[in-house]
Amino acid sequence: MAFNYDKYLRLEKMPTLWCWGCGDGVILKSFIRAVEKMGWTQDEVCVVSGIGCSGRFSSYVDFNTIHTTHGRTIAYATGVKLANPTKHVICVAGDGDALAIGGNHSIHGARRNIDITFIIINNFIYGLTNSQTSPTTPKGMWTVTQKVGNIDPTFDTCELMIASGASFVARENVTAPKKLEKVIFEAFKHKGFAVVEALSNCHINLGRKNKMVSAMDNLDWIDSITVSKKKYEKMSPEEQLNLLPTGILKQDAEADEYCDMYAEIIKVHQGERKKITQDDFAKKI
Amino acid sequence: MSATREVISTGNELSAIAAVDAGCMFFGGYPLTPSSEVMHVISDLLPKVGGASIQMEDEIAGICAVIGASMSGVRALTATSGPGISLKAENLGLAQMAEVPLVCVNVMRGGPSTGLPTRVSQGDVAQAKNPSHGDYRSITLCAGNLAECYTETVRAFNLADRFMQPVFVLLDETLGHMHGKAMLPTVEEVKEGIVLRKKFDGPADEYFPYECGPTEPAVLNPMFGGYRYHFTGLHHDKNGFPTEEIETCRKLIQRLDDKVTAHVDELESYEEFMCDDAEILIIAYGSVSLAAKEAIRHLRADGIKAGLFRPITLWPSPEAKIKEYTDKIKDVLVVELNIGQYMDEVQRASGRLDLKGLYKVNGRPISPYEIVNEVKEVF
Repeated sequence: MAFNYDKYLRLEKMPTLWCWGCGDGVILKSFIRAVEKMGWTQDEVCVVSGIGCSGRFSSYVDFNTIHTTHGRTIAYATGVKLANPTKHVICVAGDGDALAIGGNHSIHGARRNIDITFIIINNFIYGLTNSQTSPTTPKGMWTVTQKVGNIDPTFDTCELMIASGASFVARENVTAPKKLEKVIFEAFKHKGFAVVEALSNCHINLGRKNKMVSAMDNLDWIDSITVSKKKYEKMSPEEQLNLLPTGILKQDAEADEYCDMYAEIIKVHQGERKKITQDDFAKKI
Repeated sequence: MSATREVISTGNELSAIAAVDAGCMFFGGYPLTPSSEVMHVISDLLPKVGGASIQMEDEIAGICAVIGASMSGVRALTATSGPGISLKAENLGLAQMAEVPLVCVNVMRGGPSTGLPTRVSQGDVAQAKNPSHGDYRSITLCAGNLAECYTETVRAFNLADRFMQPVFVLLDETLGHMHGKAMLPTVEEVKEGIVLRKKFDGPADEYFPYECGPTEPAVLNPMFGGYRYHFTGLHHDKNGFPTEEIETCRKLIQRLDDKVTAHVDELESYEEFMCDDAEILIIAYGSVSLAAKEAIRHLRADGIKAGLFRPITLWPSPEAKIKEYTDKIKDVLVVELNIGQYMDEVQRASGRLDLKGLYKVNGRPISPYEIVNEVKEVF
């Protein structure tokens, strides 16, 4: 039987403001299927989004939802989560949101390893605001702010999040919705800061001027720059150049989660344990 | 509140203690001189009561975490100084727009920019009125002595929940770091006085958080309790969802203004010191009022009948009372550690442009003698 999304959608908000053929809808549906699989009730979930096309994500899903200022999803979510450690807090942000204006919060959320799922929708461009360069726009592509070709180097979202301390990092592509659903589900199950980079298309504001006029052209390009982690690892460094591995790239179930650690602070203050020292940690520096 | 217990403490510490006594369960912030002691103290106090305090990666994250915690339903505090307010401004605007209550303590230091980090100023009074873009009415309380660092913080929490918006508590470096005796109400009295934000307890499908009277705040139920709705900084409808519908937009912004201006009687607070027979009126607030009181004693010893009018709620201002005094008394001196930020408001409320101002902006406190000399010179 076909999956029924209605329960989780705010149907009166449909249709979305996303363009025809936009991959964000695939992410929305994969997200909903993963929530259903978790068996969570809608009341115990909080979805936080920022500004941009991805920012509207929170208003379409029927949970406790917050549409924040640009780039601040993780900071708001940190407040929600730390005040309600037993609830499920999910952030959805775009590449500009998560990696440019909100870059600081992303790396520090990852460093704390606070139990938040962070879905970064990367469409390689500022879509909603008409084609400005994002931190993931490939060099040499046309943007409205660099019409002769982008010279800004790019962030590798997943490498950045791994280096910052996120304990779960995965990347998937909207052309593989089942795999996307699976990594979002695994991210939900993971206790700690769990990042899913979902590569999406923007044929309107990226593709149109970069020889990817249709959604299919844009999606084919995403397919051409991604390869499964398994294949990627077998490649030489030359072959790996310009490719992004997909799948679960890091999964560390042992890393200390921030709310758990804060519970220890509470225990110290309430006299249930002695103070926390360097010896309590395997890695001291 | 009655003053029944004696405490030796600092202004910053008292505001942290007050927050926890008032039921605050969350603090988010970033180190900023001269406010940091608020975080130093509350980071020990909150875990004792099962709350949480977190030092975020920057000022912006500090206010965002506080707004997030408050959206979920808990009382939340941040503390900073002028540069931090500048950074927090955009998100303070979201809290105004989405009607999220919180308390923001600002221990004022010299500005603009990095200014004089360890020295006193009252340069953030105008900023407190309009920290961000857009229309809304600020609620700003200003402590004038150590005890008020405590009592005004408590009042701020109750007002934040009553009006569903951020409430500023202005301290200044002098008060924040002042160490001395304060007479405080008992914790029991504070707890009995707590009035939490309103809650809707009918069926979820009849709940519209932003559907309220034209002069009333939103009714925002705690998260995770079966009432699902949407927070946004965009213009929004009765359920909190973005809208551009003309009348909805107009009514929303008008209501953000009216919910405060229609209830100034609940907000007004001021002190009148030796005003009954005063022929010269000094208007001062914050730590300056301590010097002003001392100056008035000296002036009276010299036969000059001076009095002090001290606004405690700075925004909205006690405009009727200011008008009453400035109609009655010709010689008025406004004393501020800025270049007339509140003078603008006193001029507006009084309709007079002939008031005298004594301003000091070198980061040093004002002494009683400077005020005495000024009064003797200009009047």
